[in-house]
Amino acid sequence: MGLELTQDEKNMLEGKQGKAARKAMEIITTLGEIYGAERLIPIASVQIAGVSYHNLGEAGLEYLDEMAEDGKVRVLTTLNPAGMDLEEWKKHGISEDFAVNQQRVVDAFAKMGVITTCTCTPYLIGNLPHYGEHISWAESSAVCFANSVIGARTNREGGPSALAAALTGRTAEYGFHLEKNRIAEVKYEVKAELQNTDDFGLLGQVIGERTRKKIPYIVGIKRATSEELKSFCASVATYGGVALFHMEGITPDKTSIPDETEIVTDDDLNNARQKLDDENAEIDFISIGCPHASIKEIAHVAELLQNKKVTEGKTVWITTAKPTKDLAIKMGYYDKIEEAGAFLVSDACCAVAPLKGRFKGLMTDSAKACFYARGKNAFKTEIRTIEQCIREATT
Amino acid sequence: MNLKGRRIYKGKVVGEVLLTTHDISFYGGCDPDTGEIVEKGHELEGKSVAGKILVFPTGKGSTVGSYVLYALSKAGKAPLAIINKETDPVVAVGSIISEIPTVDRIDIGKLENGQKVEVDADKGVVSIVE
Repeated sequence: MGLELTQDEKNMLEGKQGKAARKAMEIITTLGEIYGAERLIPIASVQIAGVSYHNLGEAGLEYLDEMAEDGKVRVLTTLNPAGMDLEEWKKHGISEDFAVNQQRVVDAFAKMGVITTCTCTPYLIGNLPHYGEHISWAESSAVCFANSVIGARTNREGGPSALAAALTGRTAEYGFHLEKNRIAEVKYEVKAELQNTDDFGLLGQVIGERTRKKIPYIVGIKRATSEELKSFCASVATYGGVALFHMEGITPDKTSIPDETEIVTDDDLNNARQKLDDENAEIDFISIGCPHASIKEIAHVAELLQNKKVTEGKTVWITTAKPTKDLAIKMGYYDKIEEAGAFLVSDACCAVAPLKGRFKGLMTDSAKACFYARGKNAFKTEIRTIEQCIREATT
Repeated sequence: MNLKGRRIYKGKVVGEVLLTTHDISFYGGCDPDTGEIVEKGHELEGKSVAGKILVFPTGKGSTVGSYVLYALSKAGKAPLAIINKETDPVVAVGSIISEIPTVDRIDIGKLENGQKVEVDADKGVVSIVE
């Protein structure tokens, strides 16, 4: 059985709705054919990755400019973090050259009608699908959150395929869009005590490394905040490529329960922590907000930083989405953070900003941030709670 | 001899086979300016994919790899065509945006380095010319 297209979809493929829509439809239909989809389905929203000029480069930008010539998005489309705060980049030590190129990337997306949010947590700032809704998202942590915590349906898209979905309003029906591919495969019984976002990141690391791409069914978590879940999502996706998990009593999807059972203990979490704690790490960079900090986390950090000063020689980035930063300004959190000598950085994060060579050691509450700090920036790392991170920054 | 596979992206070209039994990650594994394979220990390390009929099992690695194929094509260093055992989404999207004729489901064990082949991607056929 081949891929069947509607008249509207055929028109796009034949170029009757412009060059960009044609190219986009070629991408969507080819992926559909590769994965044996029978039809395309309309999607409610898109999250695009590949926004930092640092990752995209000149060629990626050239492609975006080409698509922006006549391409327009057909559904709500938001953007992943850029390599810098789009307004306050100068005071964060970003070069003029980089800023100019980063702005060109954002402008190309804006021309296509993309909402230039630049955040990895679109679900916190207005791109919030509902249970069962089909979406086409890139950004592995957001994909995992949308599929698992919300119960929306998306594959793990890349930058160009997510853009193609935005320009056509369609995706091919395969993978996680189909009920039968969303069933749990391995049960994980968590016997460890989890306290904070860093613990949930470590749990994601343990389960991710063990399960790889197999869908986990997790039991033993009595409660988890949205912040803890976003930390878990980021980590389990980074260390295992997990795009969907089930957590008993917490996530909404129905699934059969697998027989194969793995146990996760406090020892496993401690081992994971040891793996992320480099010996002799000289901490000169502290970053919180991977994934982007919620307003609740920012309020907490502002309180911790009140009447404190960041130690000379240390740099603190609290990274978040622009609308959340605006709210933090309104609530006075921004002033408290900045008066202490820390930065509330919007639109960017420590994984995609051009930071190589600027720091030696990162302390963070995020297991995902540790992975990228090591791999992309050659920083040493230590994972701690938010409270410990702020203490390290101010003593 | 004709090998029958599946069209991923259209086009018809004749060229010389550059074959590897290793998977390729274009992001980080291939220099976007020169087309040289730079992944340490890769069978094609130091060789350029530019202008070749590039034959490899499948792609691996980051989705940014699609943009590397696009960069190669803009620099005039892209492969003339791609033949895979099974094309992965990163290479498929890269081929489409860069307009590189690509076929998969080909028994690549039947091909050899340096062979001259015709790739008729529309029909999904690879023919050995000499």
